Amino acid sequence: MGTANSPQMSEEKIVSRGFSGRRPAANTKLPPGQYLTQDFPVLSATPTPVVPLDRWEFTLKTESGDVRRWNWQEFRALPSVTINTDIHCVTRWSKFDTAWEGVAIDTLLDGVQSTAKYAMAHSYGGYTTNVPLADLRGGQAWVAFRYGGKDLEPEHGGPARLLVPHLYFWKSAKWVNGLTLMPQDEPGFWEQLGYHMYGDPWREQRYSGD
Amino acid sequence: MAGTAILGGLVWRVGTLVERRSESATAHTLLLNVPDWPGHEAGQHVDVRLTAPDGYSAVRSYSIANAADGNHLELTVEELADGEVSPYLAETVVPGDPLEVRGPIGGWFVWQPSQTEPVQLVAGGSGIVPLMAMIRARAQAKSTAPFRLLYSVRSPQSVIYGDELRERAAQEASLEVTFAYTRTAPEGWPERPRRVDAEIVAAAAFSPERKPSCYVCGPTPFVETAANLLIAAGHDPERIKTERFGPSGTAA
Repeated sequence: MGTANSPQMSEEKIVSRGFSGRRPAANTKLPPGQYLTQDFPVLSATPTPVVPLDRWEFTLKTESGDVRRWNWQEFRALPSVTINTDIHCVTRWSKFDTAWEGVAIDTLLDGVQSTAKYAMAHSYGGYTTNVPLADLRGGQAWVAFRYGGKDLEPEHGGPARLLVPHLYFWKSAKWVNGLTLMPQDEPGFWEQLGYHMYGDPWREQRYSGD
Repeated sequence: MAGTAILGGLVWRVGTLVERRSESATAHTLLLNVPDWPGHEAGQHVDVRLTAPDGYSAVRSYSIANAADGNHLELTVEELADGEVSPYLAETVVPGDPLEVRGPIGGWFVWQPSQTEPVQLVAGGSGIVPLMAMIRARAQAKSTAPFRLLYSVRSPQSVIYGDELRERAAQEASLEVTFAYTRTAPEGWPERPRRVDAEIVAAAAFSPERKPSCYVCGPTPFVETAANLLIAAGHDPERIKTERFGPSGTAA
Protein backbone atom coordinates (compact mmCIF):
# COMPACT_ATOMS: atom_id res chain seq x y z
CA MET A 1 0.00 0.00 0.00
CA GLY A 2 1.60 3.14 -1.27
CA THR A 3 2.96 5.08 1.63
CA ALA A 4 5.48 6.54 -0.79
CA ASN A 5 2.95 8.08 -3.13
CA SER A 6 0.26 9.07 -0.65
CA PRO A 7 1.64 11.15 2.18
CA GLN A 8 -1.68 11.17 4.06
CA MET A 9 -1.48 7.52 4.99
CA SER A 10 0.00 6.46 8.31
CA GLU A 11 3.73 5.96 7.88
CA GLU A 12 4.08 2.73 9.81
CA LYS A 13 1.88 -0.29 10.01
CA ILE A 14 0.91 -1.20 13.55
CA VAL A 15 1.63 -4.80 14.53
CA SER A 16 -1.53 -6.58 15.68
CA ARG A 17 -0.58 -8.45 18.84
CA GLY A 18 -1.32 -12.15 18.45
CA PHE A 19 -1.92 -12.03 14.70
CA SER A 20 0.17 -14.32 12.58
CA GLY A 21 -1.92 -14.39 9.42
CA ARG A 22 -2.03 -16.87 6.65
CA ARG A 23 0.48 -16.06 3.97
CA PRO A 24 -0.47 -17.22 0.55
CA ALA A 25 2.21 -19.40 -1.05
CA ALA A 26 4.62 -17.12 -2.87
CA ASN A 27 2.75 -16.40 -6.04
CA THR A 28 3.97 -13.96 -8.61
CA LYS A 29 0.55 -13.97 -10.28
CA LEU A 30 -1.15 -12.49 -7.22
CA PRO A 31 -1.11 -8.67 -6.98
CA PRO A 32 -0.42 -7.12 -3.56
CA GLY A 33 -3.27 -7.30 -1.04
CA GLN A 34 -5.19 -9.90 -3.04
CA TYR A 35 -6.11 -13.47 -2.14
CA LEU A 36 -6.90 -16.32 -4.47
CA THR A 37 -10.44 -17.64 -4.76
CA GLN A 38 -11.85 -20.55 -6.72
CA ASP A 39 -15.34 -19.03 -6.61
CA PHE A 40 -16.57 -16.29 -8.85
CA PRO A 41 -18.09 -13.82 -6.39
CA VAL A 42 -20.71 -11.40 -7.68
CA LEU A 43 -20.58 -7.73 -6.77
CA SER A 44 -22.98 -5.19 -8.20
CA ALA A 45 -24.59 -2.04 -6.92
CA THR A 46 -27.96 -2.67 -8.52
CA PRO A 47 -30.34 -5.50 -9.32
CA THR A 48 -29.30 -7.68 -12.23
CA PRO A 49 -30.87 -6.19 -15.39
CA VAL A 50 -32.68 -8.50 -17.76
CA VAL A 51 -31.58 -7.77 -21.32
CA PRO A 52 -33.35 -9.80 -24.02
CA LEU A 53 -31.01 -10.49 -26.95
CA ASP A 54 -33.50 -9.12 -29.50
CA ARG A 55 -33.34 -5.76 -27.71
CA TRP A 56 -29.60 -5.79 -27.02
CA GLU A 57 -27.57 -3.12 -28.74
CA PHE A 58 -24.00 -1.90 -28.45
CA THR A 59 -23.23 1.72 -29.32
CA LEU A 60 -19.81 3.19 -30.02
CA LYS A 61 -19.80 6.98 -29.99
CA THR A 62 -16.76 9.08 -30.88
CA GLU A 63 -15.89 12.47 -29.45
CA SER A 64 -17.15 14.09 -32.65
CA GLY A 65 -20.54 12.42 -32.28
CA ASP A 66 -20.14 9.67 -34.90
CA VAL A 67 -22.06 6.60 -33.86
CA ARG A 68 -21.71 2.92 -34.72
CA ARG A 69 -24.29 0.41 -33.58
CA TRP A 70 -24.42 -3.37 -33.48
CA ASN A 71 -27.43 -5.49 -32.63
CA TRP A 72 -26.79 -8.91 -31.13
CA GLN A 73 -26.73 -10.67 -34.49
CA GLU A 74 -24.31 -8.15 -35.98
CA PHE A 75 -22.15 -8.20 -32.88
CA ARG A 76 -21.93 -11.98 -32.86
CA ALA A 77 -21.02 -11.96 -36.54
CA LEU A 78 -17.81 -10.09 -35.67
CA PRO A 79 -14.65 -12.15 -35.28
CA SER A 80 -14.23 -13.31 -31.70
CA VAL A 81 -11.32 -14.70 -29.75
CA THR A 82 -10.87 -16.82 -26.67
CA ILE A 83 -9.13 -15.23 -23.71
CA ASN A 84 -7.47 -16.95 -20.77
CA THR A 85 -6.72 -14.49 -18.04
CA ASP A 86 -6.45 -13.78 -14.33
CA ILE A 87 -8.95 -11.34 -12.84
CA HIS A 88 -8.58 -9.13 -9.77
CA CYS A 89 -11.45 -7.54 -7.83
CA VAL A 90 -10.90 -4.45 -5.69
CA THR A 91 -12.64 -6.32 -2.85
CA ARG A 92 -9.44 -8.39 -2.77
CA TRP A 93 -10.25 -11.64 -4.48
CA SER A 94 -8.34 -12.76 -7.52
CA LYS A 95 -9.22 -15.66 -9.75
CA PHE A 96 -6.69 -17.31 -12.04
CA ASP A 97 -7.04 -18.73 -15.52
CA THR A 98 -10.58 -17.67 -16.30
CA ALA A 99 -11.71 -18.56 -19.83
CA TRP A 100 -13.70 -16.11 -21.91
CA GLU A 101 -14.79 -15.55 -25.45
CA GLY A 102 -15.32 -12.06 -26.77
CA VAL A 103 -14.87 -9.47 -29.47
CA ALA A 104 -11.71 -7.38 -29.16
CA ILE A 105 -12.28 -3.66 -28.68
CA ASP A 106 -9.73 -3.29 -31.50
CA THR A 107 -12.31 -4.93 -33.77
CA LEU A 108 -15.03 -2.50 -32.69
CA LEU A 109 -12.67 0.46 -33.14
CA ASP A 110 -11.42 -0.72 -36.53
CA GLY A 111 -11.66 2.20 -38.98
CA VAL A 112 -12.99 4.62 -36.38
CA GLN A 113 -11.60 8.14 -36.70
CA SER A 114 -10.74 9.44 -33.26
CA THR A 115 -8.02 11.22 -31.37
CA ALA A 116 -9.71 10.56 -28.01
CA LYS A 117 -7.53 9.39 -25.15
CA TYR A 118 -10.28 8.02 -22.90
CA ALA A 119 -13.47 6.03 -23.05
CA MET A 120 -16.53 5.78 -20.84
CA ALA A 121 -18.16 2.37 -20.79
CA HIS A 122 -21.94 2.40 -20.35
CA SER A 123 -24.14 -0.43 -19.17
CA TYR A 124 -27.75 -1.48 -18.97
CA GLY A 125 -28.89 -0.40 -15.51
CA GLY A 126 -26.95 2.87 -15.71
CA TYR A 127 -23.48 1.79 -14.61
CA THR A 128 -20.49 3.62 -16.08
CA THR A 129 -16.72 3.29 -15.80
CA ASN A 130 -13.84 5.18 -17.39
CA VAL A 131 -10.81 3.56 -19.02
CA PRO A 132 -7.97 5.11 -21.04
CA LEU A 133 -8.42 4.18 -24.68
CA ALA A 134 -4.84 2.87 -24.80
CA ASP A 135 -5.89 0.25 -22.23
CA LEU A 136 -8.72 -0.89 -24.45
CA ARG A 137 -6.52 -1.26 -27.56
CA GLY A 138 -3.79 -3.68 -28.48
CA GLY A 139 -5.57 -6.91 -27.58
CA GLN A 140 -6.00 -5.91 -23.92
CA ALA A 141 -9.79 -5.60 -23.75
CA TRP A 142 -12.87 -7.29 -25.12
CA VAL A 143 -16.64 -7.33 -25.04
CA ALA A 144 -17.04 -10.84 -23.66
CA PHE A 145 -20.14 -12.98 -24.14
CA ARG A 146 -19.03 -16.43 -23.05
CA TYR A 147 -17.43 -17.54 -19.79
CA GLY A 148 -16.16 -21.03 -18.99
CA GLY A 149 -17.55 -22.33 -22.27
CA LYS A 150 -21.09 -21.13 -21.60
CA ASP A 151 -23.10 -18.06 -22.44
CA LEU A 152 -22.29 -15.39 -19.88
CA GLU A 153 -24.86 -15.53 -17.08
CA PRO A 154 -26.80 -12.34 -16.28
CA GLU A 155 -25.39 -12.14 -12.74
CA HIS A 156 -21.86 -12.11 -14.18
CA GLY A 157 -22.78 -9.43 -16.70
CA GLY A 158 -24.49 -11.32 -19.52
CA PRO A 159 -25.40 -11.07 -22.31
CA ALA A 160 -22.07 -9.24 -22.61
CA ARG A 161 -19.61 -7.45 -20.40
CA LEU A 162 -16.47 -5.46 -20.88
CA LEU A 163 -13.34 -7.43 -20.03
CA VAL A 164 -10.24 -5.37 -19.14
CA PRO A 165 -8.46 -7.90 -16.96
CA HIS A 166 -5.25 -5.93 -16.35
CA LEU A 167 -7.28 -3.39 -14.31
CA TYR A 168 -9.39 -4.03 -11.20
CA PHE A 169 -12.54 -5.81 -12.23
CA TRP A 170 -14.96 -2.92 -11.63
CA LYS A 171 -13.53 -1.55 -14.89
CA SER A 172 -14.89 -4.65 -16.64
CA ALA A 173 -18.42 -3.25 -16.80
CA LYS A 174 -21.17 -5.85 -16.62
CA TRP A 175 -24.14 -5.61 -19.01
CA VAL A 176 -22.10 -3.25 -21.18
CA ASN A 177 -23.97 -1.55 -24.00
CA GLY A 178 -21.62 1.09 -25.25
CA LEU A 179 -18.40 3.04 -25.27
CA THR A 180 -18.18 6.81 -25.54
CA LEU A 181 -14.79 8.16 -26.58
CA MET A 182 -13.69 11.26 -24.70
CA PRO A 183 -10.83 13.74 -25.16
CA GLN A 184 -10.53 14.16 -21.37
CA ASP A 185 -10.77 11.63 -18.56
CA GLU A 186 -14.02 11.68 -16.59
CA PRO A 187 -14.96 9.58 -13.57
CA GLY A 188 -17.50 6.80 -13.95
CA PHE A 189 -19.84 5.42 -11.31
CA TRP A 190 -17.42 4.06 -8.68
CA GLU A 191 -14.76 6.60 -9.64
CA GLN A 192 -17.14 9.41 -8.63
CA LEU A 193 -17.56 7.61 -5.31
CA GLY A 194 -13.87 7.71 -4.49
CA TYR A 195 -12.48 4.72 -6.32
CA HIS A 196 -9.31 5.14 -8.33
CA MET A 197 -9.50 6.68 -11.82
CA TYR A 198 -7.17 4.04 -13.29
CA GLY A 199 -7.27 0.98 -10.99
CA ASP A 200 -4.01 -0.91 -11.55
CA PRO A 201 -4.04 -3.94 -9.21
CA TRP A 202 -0.23 -4.21 -9.31
CA ARG A 203 0.04 -0.71 -7.88
CA GLU A 204 -2.92 -1.28 -5.54
CA GLN A 205 -4.83 1.67 -6.97
CA ARG A 206 -8.05 0.94 -5.10
CA TYR A 207 -9.17 4.37 -3.97
CA SER A 208 -8.45 7.90 -5.09
CA GLY A 209 -5.11 8.87 -3.60
CA ASP A 210 -3.72 5.30 -3.63
CA MET B 1 -26.97 7.41 -10.15
CA ALA B 2 -25.75 9.92 -7.62
CA GLY B 3 -23.86 9.26 -4.43
CA THR B 4 -21.38 10.74 -2.07
CA ALA B 5 -17.77 11.12 -3.03
CA ILE B 6 -14.88 10.26 -0.80
CA LEU B 7 -13.01 13.53 -0.62
CA GLY B 8 -9.29 13.23 -1.04
CA GLY B 9 -7.46 10.04 -0.28
CA LEU B 10 -8.14 7.51 2.42
CA VAL B 11 -5.95 7.44 5.48
CA TRP B 12 -5.09 4.52 7.73
CA ARG B 13 -6.02 5.51 11.27
CA VAL B 14 -5.10 3.74 14.46
CA GLY B 15 -8.21 3.06 16.49
CA THR B 16 -8.43 1.42 19.91
CA LEU B 17 -10.78 -1.40 20.79
CA VAL B 18 -12.99 -0.18 23.63
CA GLU B 19 -15.30 -3.14 24.00
CA ARG B 20 -16.40 -6.29 22.23
CA ARG B 21 -20.00 -7.47 22.43
CA SER B 22 -21.47 -10.78 21.37
CA GLU B 23 -24.49 -10.32 19.13
CA SER B 24 -25.17 -13.96 18.25
CA ALA B 25 -23.31 -17.27 18.25
CA THR B 26 -21.02 -16.00 15.51
CA ALA B 27 -21.47 -12.22 15.31
CA HIS B 28 -19.51 -9.78 17.45
CA THR B 29 -19.62 -6.01 17.62
CA LEU B 30 -16.36 -4.15 18.08
CA LEU B 31 -16.64 -0.72 19.67
CA LEU B 32 -13.69 1.37 18.56
CA ASN B 33 -12.39 4.78 19.41
CA VAL B 34 -10.82 6.25 16.29
CA PRO B 35 -9.15 9.63 16.81
CA ASP B 36 -10.02 12.15 14.08
CA TRP B 37 -12.64 9.87 12.57
CA PRO B 38 -14.12 12.02 9.76
CA GLY B 39 -17.65 10.71 10.26
CA HIS B 40 -19.62 8.45 7.95
CA GLU B 41 -22.98 7.86 6.37
CA ALA B 42 -25.25 4.98 7.21
CA GLY B 43 -24.42 2.08 4.92
CA GLN B 44 -20.71 2.73 4.46
CA HIS B 45 -17.92 0.34 5.38
CA VAL B 46 -14.28 0.41 6.44
CA ASP B 47 -11.15 -1.57 5.72
CA VAL B 48 -9.53 -3.19 8.75
CA ARG B 49 -5.82 -4.04 8.51
CA LEU B 50 -4.06 -6.61 10.65
CA THR B 51 -0.28 -6.85 10.56
CA ALA B 52 1.94 -9.72 11.75
CA PRO B 53 5.32 -9.07 13.39
CA ASP B 54 7.12 -9.72 10.08
CA GLY B 55 5.08 -7.01 8.32
CA TYR B 56 2.65 -9.31 6.55
CA SER B 57 -0.79 -7.67 6.42
CA ALA B 58 -4.31 -8.84 5.74
CA VAL B 59 -7.10 -6.38 5.01
CA ARG B 60 -10.84 -7.03 5.02
CA SER B 61 -13.88 -4.79 4.74
CA TYR B 62 -16.59 -4.55 7.40
CA SER B 63 -19.82 -2.62 7.50
CA ILE B 64 -20.19 0.19 9.99
CA ALA B 65 -23.07 -0.56 12.37
CA ASN B 66 -23.56 2.74 14.16
CA ALA B 67 -24.80 6.18 13.22
CA ALA B 68 -21.98 8.72 13.04
CA ASP B 69 -21.00 9.75 16.58
CA GLY B 70 -17.67 11.56 16.92
CA ASN B 71 -14.75 9.16 17.23
CA HIS B 72 -16.98 6.23 18.09
CA LEU B 73 -17.13 3.47 15.49
CA GLU B 74 -18.98 0.16 15.73
CA LEU B 75 -18.26 -2.75 13.43
CA THR B 76 -20.21 -5.98 13.54
CA VAL B 77 -18.15 -8.91 12.37
CA GLU B 78 -19.45 -12.33 11.45
CA GLU B 79 -16.85 -14.92 12.45
CA LEU B 80 -16.02 -17.23 9.57
CA ALA B 81 -14.62 -20.57 10.76
CA ASP B 82 -11.95 -20.60 8.06
CA GLY B 83 -11.43 -16.84 8.03
CA GLU B 84 -8.04 -15.18 8.30
CA VAL B 85 -9.17 -11.90 9.86
CA SER B 86 -12.60 -12.42 11.42
CA PRO B 87 -11.50 -15.00 14.08
CA TYR B 88 -8.87 -12.53 15.25
CA LEU B 89 -11.45 -9.78 15.56
CA ALA B 90 -13.97 -12.10 17.20
CA GLU B 91 -11.64 -13.72 19.73
CA THR B 92 -8.05 -12.53 19.91
CA VAL B 93 -8.08 -8.74 20.01
CA VAL B 94 -8.86 -7.35 23.48
CA PRO B 95 -9.93 -3.92 24.74
CA GLY B 96 -7.02 -1.52 24.67
CA ASP B 97 -5.47 -3.10 21.57
CA PRO B 98 -4.89 -0.91 18.53
CA LEU B 99 -6.70 -1.65 15.29
CA GLU B 100 -5.95 0.04 11.97
CA VAL B 101 -8.95 1.18 9.97
CA ARG B 102 -9.44 3.32 6.89
CA GLY B 103 -12.62 4.76 5.55
CA PRO B 104 -15.42 5.44 5.32
CA ILE B 105 -15.71 3.67 1.98
CA GLY B 106 -18.68 3.41 -0.36
CA GLY B 107 -21.01 6.27 -1.14
CA TRP B 108 -23.68 4.41 -3.09
CA PHE B 109 -25.33 2.08 -0.61
CA VAL B 110 -26.11 4.86 1.87
CA TRP B 111 -29.14 6.43 3.48
CA GLN B 112 -29.06 10.13 4.26
CA PRO B 113 -31.34 11.87 6.78
CA SER B 114 -32.35 14.32 4.03
CA GLN B 115 -34.24 11.46 2.36
CA THR B 116 -37.90 11.67 3.29
CA GLU B 117 -39.37 8.91 1.10
CA PRO B 118 -40.33 5.50 2.54
CA VAL B 119 -37.42 3.09 2.88
CA GLN B 120 -37.65 -0.65 2.43
CA LEU B 121 -34.74 -2.53 3.97
CA VAL B 122 -34.21 -6.21 3.14
CA ALA B 123 -31.47 -8.06 5.02
CA GLY B 124 -30.20 -11.60 4.71
CA GLY B 125 -28.10 -12.82 7.66
CA SER B 126 -25.24 -10.48 8.52
CA GLY B 127 -26.44 -8.21 5.70
CA ILE B 128 -28.38 -6.54 8.51
CA VAL B 129 -25.31 -4.54 9.61
CA PRO B 130 -25.35 -1.57 7.19
CA LEU B 131 -29.16 -1.54 7.36
CA MET B 132 -28.98 -1.32 11.15
CA ALA B 133 -26.77 1.73 10.72
CA MET B 134 -29.58 3.26 8.63
CA ILE B 135 -32.19 2.46 11.29
CA ARG B 136 -29.96 4.00 13.95
CA ALA B 137 -29.18 7.04 11.80
CA ARG B 138 -32.90 7.56 11.22
CA ALA B 139 -33.51 7.59 14.98
CA GLN B 140 -30.52 9.82 15.63
CA ALA B 141 -31.74 12.36 13.06
CA LYS B 142 -35.31 12.11 14.41
CA SER B 143 -36.32 11.40 10.83
CA THR B 144 -39.96 10.56 10.22
CA ALA B 145 -39.26 8.72 6.95
CA PRO B 146 -41.29 5.49 7.12
CA PHE B 147 -38.94 2.50 7.40
CA ARG B 148 -39.69 -1.17 7.01
CA LEU B 149 -37.18 -3.93 7.57
CA LEU B 150 -37.58 -7.47 6.29
CA TYR B 151 -34.89 -9.52 8.00
CA SER B 152 -34.29 -13.06 6.82
CA VAL B 153 -32.34 -15.28 9.21
CA ARG B 154 -31.64 -18.96 9.58
CA SER B 155 -32.93 -19.32 13.14
CA PRO B 156 -33.76 -17.22 16.22
CA GLN B 157 -30.19 -17.85 17.45
CA SER B 158 -28.70 -16.19 14.39
CA VAL B 159 -30.58 -12.91 14.77
CA ILE B 160 -28.25 -9.93 15.25
CA TYR B 161 -29.54 -6.87 17.16
CA GLY B 162 -32.79 -8.75 17.94
CA ASP B 163 -33.63 -6.97 21.21
CA GLU B 164 -32.81 -3.54 19.85
CA LEU B 165 -34.86 -4.12 16.71
CA ARG B 166 -37.90 -5.27 18.70
CA GLU B 167 -37.54 -2.36 21.07
CA ARG B 168 -37.17 0.21 18.30
CA ALA B 169 -40.10 -1.25 16.35
CA ALA B 170 -42.25 -0.97 19.49
CA GLN B 171 -41.17 2.56 20.34
CA GLU B 172 -40.38 4.37 17.11
CA ALA B 173 -43.25 5.60 14.98
CA SER B 174 -43.28 4.35 11.40
CA LEU B 175 -40.59 1.71 11.87
CA GLU B 176 -41.80 -1.81 11.17
CA VAL B 177 -39.68 -4.92 11.51
CA THR B 178 -40.55 -8.33 10.08
CA PHE B 179 -38.45 -11.38 10.80
CA ALA B 180 -38.44 -14.28 8.34
CA TYR B 181 -36.88 -17.60 9.36
CA THR B 182 -35.40 -19.93 6.77
CA ARG B 183 -34.59 -23.05 8.86
CA THR B 184 -35.98 -22.83 12.37
CA ALA B 185 -38.69 -20.47 13.58
CA PRO B 186 -39.40 -19.60 17.22
CA GLU B 187 -42.06 -21.71 18.90
CA GLY B 188 -45.56 -20.64 17.91
CA TRP B 189 -44.32 -18.65 14.89
CA PRO B 190 -47.22 -18.32 12.45
CA GLU B 191 -45.17 -18.90 9.31
CA ARG B 192 -43.40 -22.10 8.31
CA PRO B 193 -39.63 -21.61 7.95
CA ARG B 194 -38.70 -20.93 4.34
CA ARG B 195 -36.58 -18.73 2.14
CA VAL B 196 -37.97 -15.28 1.38
CA ASP B 197 -40.62 -15.59 -1.33
CA ALA B 198 -43.22 -13.40 -3.05
CA GLU B 199 -45.75 -13.99 -0.29
CA ILE B 200 -43.34 -12.86 2.43
CA VAL B 201 -42.36 -9.80 0.41
CA ALA B 202 -46.00 -8.91 -0.25
CA ALA B 203 -46.83 -9.13 3.45
CA ALA B 204 -43.79 -7.31 4.78
CA ALA B 205 -42.74 -4.73 2.19
CA PHE B 206 -44.13 -1.36 1.18
CA SER B 207 -46.26 -1.53 -1.92
CA PRO B 208 -44.59 -0.19 -5.07
CA GLU B 209 -47.13 2.67 -5.12
CA ARG B 210 -45.40 4.13 -2.06
CA LYS B 211 -42.23 4.38 -4.18
CA PRO B 212 -39.87 3.31 -1.42
CA SER B 213 -36.13 3.40 -1.80
CA CYS B 214 -35.06 -0.21 -1.37
CA TYR B 215 -31.80 -1.39 0.15
CA VAL B 216 -31.01 -5.09 -0.13
CA CYS B 217 -27.97 -6.56 1.60
CA GLY B 218 -26.77 -10.09 2.21
CA PRO B 219 -25.06 -13.03 0.54
CA THR B 220 -25.18 -12.93 -3.27
CA PRO B 221 -27.89 -15.59 -3.82
CA PHE B 222 -30.11 -13.89 -1.24
CA VAL B 223 -29.64 -10.48 -2.83
CA GLU B 224 -30.35 -11.83 -6.31
CA THR B 225 -33.54 -13.47 -5.08
CA ALA B 226 -34.76 -10.58 -2.96
CA ALA B 227 -34.05 -7.90 -5.59
CA ASN B 228 -35.82 -9.97 -8.24
CA LEU B 229 -38.82 -10.46 -5.90
CA LEU B 230 -39.05 -6.71 -5.38
CA ILE B 231 -38.92 -6.11 -9.13
CA ALA B 232 -41.54 -8.82 -9.72
CA ALA B 233 -43.75 -7.12 -7.11
CA GLY B 234 -43.59 -3.94 -9.19
CA HIS B 235 -40.72 -1.99 -7.61
CA ASP B 236 -38.65 0.13 -9.98
CA PRO B 237 -35.16 -1.42 -10.39
CA GLU B 238 -33.76 2.12 -10.30
CA ARG B 239 -34.97 2.48 -6.72
CA ILE B 240 -33.25 -0.69 -5.56
CA LYS B 241 -29.70 -0.56 -4.25
CA THR B 242 -27.88 -3.77 -3.50
CA GLU B 243 -24.84 -4.79 -1.54
CA ARG B 244 -23.64 -8.34 -1.98
CA PHE B 245 -21.41 -10.01 0.57
CA GLY B 246 -18.61 -11.96 -1.05
CA PRO B 247 -16.24 -14.28 0.78
CA SER B 248 -14.33 -11.29 2.14
CA GLY B 249 -17.30 -9.92 4.05
CA THR B 250 -18.71 -6.61 2.94
CA ALA B 251 -17.84 -5.51 -0.52
CA ALA B 252 -18.06 -2.28 -2.34
